Amino acid sequence: MKATAHDFKNAASKALKDDNLRQALHRVETGFAGNRAAAISRLPEFHDLRDEGVAIKMHVLDHLDYYLERFEQKVIETGGQVHWCTTPKEARDTILELCRSVDAKTCTKGKSMIAEEIALNPFLEENGVLPIETDLGEYIIQLADEPPSHIIGPAVHKTKDQISDLFFEHHQKYGKTERQSDGRMLVNEAREILRQKYIDADVGITGANFLIAETGSTVIVTNEGNGDLTQSLPKMHIVIASLEKVIPTMEDASTILRLLARSATGQEFSVYTTFSTGPRRDDDLDGPGSFHVVLLDNGRSKLAGSEDRELLRCIRCGACMNHCPVYHAVGGHAYGWVYPGPIGAALDPHFIGIEEARHLPNASTFCGRCEDVCPMRIPLPSILRRWRERAFESNVTPPAERFGVGAWAWLAKHPAFYRVGTRLAVRGLSLLGGRRKRIAKLPLAGGWTATRDLPAPAGQTFQDQWRRQRGRSA
Amino acid sequence: MTSSSRQAILDGIRRGLGRGPVDGADKAALEARMTAPKANLIPARAQIPHGEQVDLFVRMAEAVETTVDRVDGLDAVPGAVADYLAANNLPSEIRAAPDPALDAIPWQDRPLLTVEKGRAENADATSVTPAFAAVAESGTLVLHSGPDNPTTLNFMPENHIVVLKTSQVTGTYEEVWSRLRARDGGDGPAPMPRTVNMITGPSRTADIAQQLYMGAHGPRRLHIVLVDDGQE
Repeated sequence: MKATAHDFKNAASKALKDDNLRQALHRVETGFAGNRAAAISRLPEFHDLRDEGVAIKMHVLDHLDYYLERFEQKVIETGGQVHWCTTPKEARDTILELCRSVDAKTCTKGKSMIAEEIALNPFLEENGVLPIETDLGEYIIQLADEPPSHIIGPAVHKTKDQISDLFFEHHQKYGKTERQSDGRMLVNEAREILRQKYIDADVGITGANFLIAETGSTVIVTNEGNGDLTQSLPKMHIVIASLEKVIPTMEDASTILRLLARSATGQEFSVYTTFSTGPRRDDDLDGPGSFHVVLLDNGRSKLAGSEDRELLRCIRCGACMNHCPVYHAVGGHAYGWVYPGPIGAALDPHFIGIEEARHLPNASTFCGRCEDVCPMRIPLPSILRRWRERAFESNVTPPAERFGVGAWAWLAKHPAFYRVGTRLAVRGLSLLGGRRKRIAKLPLAGGWTATRDLPAPAGQTFQDQWRRQRGRSA
Repeated sequence: MTSSSRQAILDGIRRGLGRGPVDGADKAALEARMTAPKANLIPARAQIPHGEQVDLFVRMAEAVETTVDRVDGLDAVPGAVADYLAANNLPSEIRAAPDPALDAIPWQDRPLLTVEKGRAENADATSVTPAFAAVAESGTLVLHSGPDNPTTLNFMPENHIVVLKTSQVTGTYEEVWSRLRARDGGDGPAPMPRTVNMITGPSRTADIAQQLYMGAHGPRRLHIVLVDDGQE
């Protein structure tokens, strides 16, 4: 998808005024977080499992080349193929070529963030292969022609009414001329229509939560079963995955699976966890005739050895966005690229550049909840702080902001001026506050005072109070 | 095209890590980690005697909307299946996996029940399959594909009935992987089947306004006939 992250401020302002979105985001804030907390309280070993998950992922990153080669060797041994792709373009071209090799007219798709990352759908469509999203959330946003707004609930921003309208508009051609408003009826309608798509599709494309080096298996996790029909009915199964998804063994997968569903939806385990290894065997009665893994780098090989490498531990559970006050306020679309929320703010600049993504590292209060809930303990606030520094160093921050930060840095390094300056400021602001002790308008602080008063300082700087308090206790 | 990309990606990783390809003792250690996989931390929850594991499995399965019917032997399966179909107003027709494990079931005891064998067709309302194993920890069934077990049976019909033996219930996922590797009795690990399905409850979705609905794409109902075979 085309990045619109530079427009974050506008998009966020609009999102704040969108009542439907407010309704939807309130459900994210209350639903996901509560369910996660309940699930974790039922498993005393949860935090120790997090430590083990982190250790597995770091071990893999330290030996990423080895595990990828080992995975490839096993895929080949079991009759599949691995296609290494450095860029999104190469991955798109590879997938199109595979589709053409079986004269594909349509392909069904399970949910894949990597497919979003390489903007696969519009490309396939332009080239005569119609992609059909089968995860209900992805299907809804495909009808709406929108990107996902959440990594595990792509349509969380949609209300039931909006979905009724979409189905009514798009399902008439299947003879569904009645507008359904009941959730169950909507699910049934989508089930019926998509069932035929699975049967008709020539190729099934899924993502992968894990690639297992021990066996050459790819693993997907779903609740709907869409990924399973997607891969077992067509003649070809294409898996698209990024490098860091590889892990050593089934045992390692089990450890991380104990973290994934609990962190994501608060389930003990997702409904369907599926290990796919090679094409159907000669005497199997069903399954795909060929099996291809498209391995995408897109900068990750470089990231693996960089100071931000911990980002590659991410298992895409969505807990960071489910607990982020900024995400709760603006939703996923405002971030303007594939990955929203704290993980997106930390990851997107690596893909689209810090100039395009310059607002994203600032879309954080540094409250630290994302790091607290991340099953992989990714230090998201620290990474965001580094991006702020990089943005400053590479001159992408606007002049006024640069001047402000520069002035602050100078002041902070000159304690005498700092003391005098803050004393003067406190006194001045205190005067401005008057008897109400509130400031309604302040030059350079319009962003604050436009919607609320600024409380006036009490009259003394922190340093002065500190000195007095210490004098008292000594 | 991709052979040069392959090299570029591997070179890029090694450059970032500041080393060449892994070899010698390091490589041997990594290889050993994979050929003799070790379990990581196992939660205490399922480290209990087998009988209690079976009870835990049933509790966990029921918590995710799986229904469980415990019976004494394979002889009771046709009745249990017929009763289940009747109770849910379903047609007396099943598509069963052509697995010899189901051959000992005396379907002829219920002549009104039509039993077809093979892979699933879109019109099939109900499938009956065996399972490979089950996991008490989370109420999860483990099924795998093979000539006798087409994977479509687990997903296409609206109703999926699984005939599970109590001896197939384990505590944890790790125990299932050990059984899977040892299933052909050979020296090394048995090859992975094309598909291994871990199934924890019937299909569901919360993609419409975060309300939970059953039967998104896979079965709306998942029913286990749990046969007590008196073994651990």
